[in-house]
Amino acid sequence: MTEAVGRSVPRKDGIGKATGRAKYADDLVFPDMLHGRTIRSTVPCGRLAGVRHALGPSFTVVDWRDIPGRNVVALIADDQPCLVEREIRHAAEPVLLLAHADRETLLSAWVALEEEAATPVFDPEQSPTAFKTILIEKGTLDAGFARADLVIEGTYRTGAQEHVYIEPNGVIAVPEGGGIAVYGSIQCPYYVHAALVTLLGDAVTHVRVVQTETGGGFGGKEEYPSMIAGHAALLALRARRPVKLIYDRQEDMEATTRRHPSIVRHRTGVTRDGTLVAMDVEVILDGGAYVTLSPVVLSRGTLHAAGPYRCEHVRIAGRAMFTNTPPNGAFRGFGAPQTQFAVEVHMDRIAEALGMDPIRLRDRNALRPGDTTATGQVLGADCSAREVLRAAVRKSGYRRKRKAWAGTDRGIGLSLFWHGSGFTGSGELKLASRATVELTATGVRILTSSTEIGQGTRTMHAQIVADAMGIPYEQVEVAVPDTAVVPDSGPTVASRTCMIVGGILQRAAERLRAQLAGLSPAEAFRRLGPLAVTEQYVQPEWIRWDEERYRGDAYATYAYGCNVAEVRLDRDTWEVRPLKVTAVTDVGKAIHPALATGQIEGGTVQGVGFALLEQVVMRNGAVANAQLTNYLIPTTLDTPALDVVLLEHPYPGGPFGAKGLGELPIDGPAPALVNAIRSLGLDLRAIPAVPERIMEAACASS
Amino acid sequence: MRFLLNGVEVTPEAPPMARLLDVLREQCGLTGTKEGCGEGECGACTVLIDGEAVCSCLVPAAQVEGAEVTTIEGLGDDHPLAHAFMDEVGAQCGICTPGMILTATTLGPRPSLARIREGLAGNLCRCTGYEAIYRAVRKAT
Amino acid sequence: MRTAVSTLTLLRPRTLSQALRLLADEEPPVPLAGATDLYVALNAGTLEGSRFLDLWSLGPLRRITMRGGTLSIGALATYTALRKSRHVRRHLPMLSAAAREVGGLQIQNRGTLGGNVANGSPAGDTLPVLAAAEAVVVLRSRAGERRVPFGAYYTGYRESVRRPDELIVAIEVPPVEGVQWFRKVGTRAAQAISKVVMAGVRGPAPRLALGSVAPTVVRLPRTEAALARGDLEAGARALAEEIHPIDDVRSTADYRRGVAVNLLRRFWADTDPATRR
Repeated sequence: MTEAVGRSVPRKDGIGKATGRAKYADDLVFPDMLHGRTIRSTVPCGRLAGVRHALGPSFTVVDWRDIPGRNVVALIADDQPCLVEREIRHAAEPVLLLAHADRETLLSAWVALEEEAATPVFDPEQSPTAFKTILIEKGTLDAGFARADLVIEGTYRTGAQEHVYIEPNGVIAVPEGGGIAVYGSIQCPYYVHAALVTLLGDAVTHVRVVQTETGGGFGGKEEYPSMIAGHAALLALRARRPVKLIYDRQEDMEATTRRHPSIVRHRTGVTRDGTLVAMDVEVILDGGAYVTLSPVVLSRGTLHAAGPYRCEHVRIAGRAMFTNTPPNGAFRGFGAPQTQFAVEVHMDRIAEALGMDPIRLRDRNALRPGDTTATGQVLGADCSAREVLRAAVRKSGYRRKRKAWAGTDRGIGLSLFWHGSGFTGSGELKLASRATVELTATGVRILTSSTEIGQGTRTMHAQIVADAMGIPYEQVEVAVPDTAVVPDSGPTVASRTCMIVGGILQRAAERLRAQLAGLSPAEAFRRLGPLAVTEQYVQPEWIRWDEERYRGDAYATYAYGCNVAEVRLDRDTWEVRPLKVTAVTDVGKAIHPALATGQIEGGTVQGVGFALLEQVVMRNGAVANAQLTNYLIPTTLDTPALDVVLLEHPYPGGPFGAKGLGELPIDGPAPALVNAIRSLGLDLRAIPAVPERIMEAACASS
Repeated sequence: MRFLLNGVEVTPEAPPMARLLDVLREQCGLTGTKEGCGEGECGACTVLIDGEAVCSCLVPAAQVEGAEVTTIEGLGDDHPLAHAFMDEVGAQCGICTPGMILTATTLGPRPSLARIREGLAGNLCRCTGYEAIYRAVRKAT
Repeated sequence: MRTAVSTLTLLRPRTLSQALRLLADEEPPVPLAGATDLYVALNAGTLEGSRFLDLWSLGPLRRITMRGGTLSIGALATYTALRKSRHVRRHLPMLSAAAREVGGLQIQNRGTLGGNVANGSPAGDTLPVLAAAEAVVVLRSRAGERRVPFGAYYTGYRESVRRPDELIVAIEVPPVEGVQWFRKVGTRAAQAISKVVMAGVRGPAPRLALGSVAPTVVRLPRTEAALARGDLEAGARALAEEIHPIDDVRSTADYRRGVAVNLLRRFWADTDPATRR
């Protein structure tokens, strides 16, 4: 039998998607279903003085007083209300919920909010409130700087980024006995489950959350679905009928989360020979109006802020700040693209200051097996920062092109980056994820709460289980994530679905296989009846993590990447066209090479958008360009040619050697592109590098 | 109103200014046509009217009176593009895929990469970076 | 979708004269063809008006013909039709270029030249072309037909001389003498709304028109006069004074002004007879 791992087997969900049969949230219709609508604040800061409406009995109306449990979207701090009571902290904050059977009637419903505006805070550096601060210290900064021949400083900024999953957020809540079921476009069914239990309290006998086919997530359906599911559930319980709540693009862009804007300051000491001897880094994230996931985004951001480099003396101080804007949240990369943009542009500036080749500078300082990170973690044999760097330089022809293009309108730049796999520190231990493999009449079925959001979860998990069981891939099916059926495998985030959940599944499959004593699953099912094995995450025993001091093994391991970006600058319009990106990526083992390549290509292009095009324009705390006409993501004509190279330095703790993959590709493109622009003589330290900003840089340099 | 939908005559009842998108999804029950933006930017709602790709969110239903409308469902299970999208992993989350495939059917035989890129510029995909889509279209056409 | 469509009326004339009769109503309906602008407003809930006049099936208004030296483009010619038309490619290549950069394929299949003119957005991609070509807007009503020079058509931001009972039936373009040039700047390479859009003709009397830099598309007479003298530097100075760009969600006034000047230089260099073959 051919093994499945390492081969590009057919996607489990391919044909449904290619024929239009796959059912997304908005495609589902339930009998007697109502449509929901959300009335939102219009001021960024203030008090809700009153709500006026004259809605007839055909409407279902819900405000915060109708919440049977606690009025919070349960997550980390439980500070975000599901519906505004008095205090308004951001524009587009939900205040009132309406439902009606007829959408046009719903649309024409008149509701007036009486809002008393107060003075908002928009600048995170002026904000009096920090949601979270983190300090990482290694060695003694002063001792490091004392050895330095040169100190280079710089401030780097990144903007907000919209997820622009092509399917906006949406759910349907359906009363079910004395309980409630929510079907929807969600990444983390058990997050939604927990939030609904808190919100609904004793009003329901049970809560069930079912993922529908999901049209993209990228983090944007990590925490926000808990909000929209709560709204739909409240309406459905009130109306005792199913309620569909689907955002249109504008509402999705105005109300849901975005990538945290960042300000990162570096002060770095180097010796003449290019050795990094001291790194002092300050990270400021704009958290928005509620805590939501900002503490963990800050965590990942700071943990990646020194880049994949060795340095004896490091201090990284981070803070996530309150502002009166809609909460910023999870977005592929989770803080790491912001901080790695800063460090990688800074590295090119250090090379310039030293008069040194930026590749030599990186090669000299890149982490090697046995090196320690800023948190003191000793890296294993799978640390391949130098290998990806060298492969990318070779494959792209970087040196030749850099030389040949000097003085032309073509530029070339590079970035070296890493991404920790799975939850930070002891996070995975706390999650205690479980996954099940059970026999069926034709093979086995996988039961996990890991969601398929396009990245290939079903397919990749089935490959791992097939090989661990020693059965054909076709005999493995994957259950729909339904909290009534599947165990809690943790959220589908943090590049953990393959390495962590895949690893649990591998162990479950191996144990099930051992119990079959040589029988095929189908035969065993006939003879023994239903049989299921559930395994729980076991943390490798060597992992030590001190959450208070931020010391120890921040992640079980890291994946590494190197991007070389080639651009052409139009000096008439200051438009930059990305010509080519060479993306060398080491994820330990590509379980499914075509899926892995697709993740890298897609993440790279998202990174191109982050770097060059995507700009959220805020006016008085509200999104002023909440349309795809004015918020531009890359089209087919904006993407560079992509050359994806997969390297495999296996991580012994991952299934078949695999590490995390999903987020890594978006860490590298922005600094590589900006360094390419830099090679044209333009000192750019903020993204998006829109033409307006490039023109300013050009004026400043001339 | 009366028109030919995937080769079959249909007579849905809809206001003349209803969006063709809604008529297809709600009156005709064909949910393979997706809504991504409601402003003709993303192309997820692409259908063919008399063989030409259009955004069905921007078409008044009355205008397809007497016309031939093709949706993803009309291509059936064995369309070469559907299979190529499967084989080349041209679909990740899949929400853009029906529109992408329908536009691709209008690009003619053996389109060059440049032609594919220009032709698909009105179909946004946020997952793939488009490369696998190019591979699929080149394989199928 | 934010508009209650069941409250809207769509009148569907079969002939142009029926359409003109309906437009002669005291409360004339809003003409609609490819709906690529109008339905964006319908989706967003910002659509004005409740009675609409569907022109889409008026086939005769799609024709693109040459009469004498004049190129006549029916108002309902789509961008796809403009791209494909031999007449347009030969006589007004800058319009082919503009049509090619309007939206994606789907928009090009539906959007019409008449619609772009009627919508009157200062960012309309074809409008600088028509301005630089000194096109004529053919308006027809039950009372008859009149021809308005493109330069006199717009009276302000999205305002024109078209009376509510009139329909744009065609755009006529007299022979254009000189080398044509077009450039759209929109950050993104495809289906972007322009931040600056310029059309130029380098002939005995140079002509230049810009979009997205003022409340309407603009011709630049002082810039043109300087160019006619061969004084590019004076032209660049005049241009900066003749446009009135603003900051908006898409760009800044500074950028638009700077790029417009750069495009002027590029136009002049690209069309330099000394280097062109």
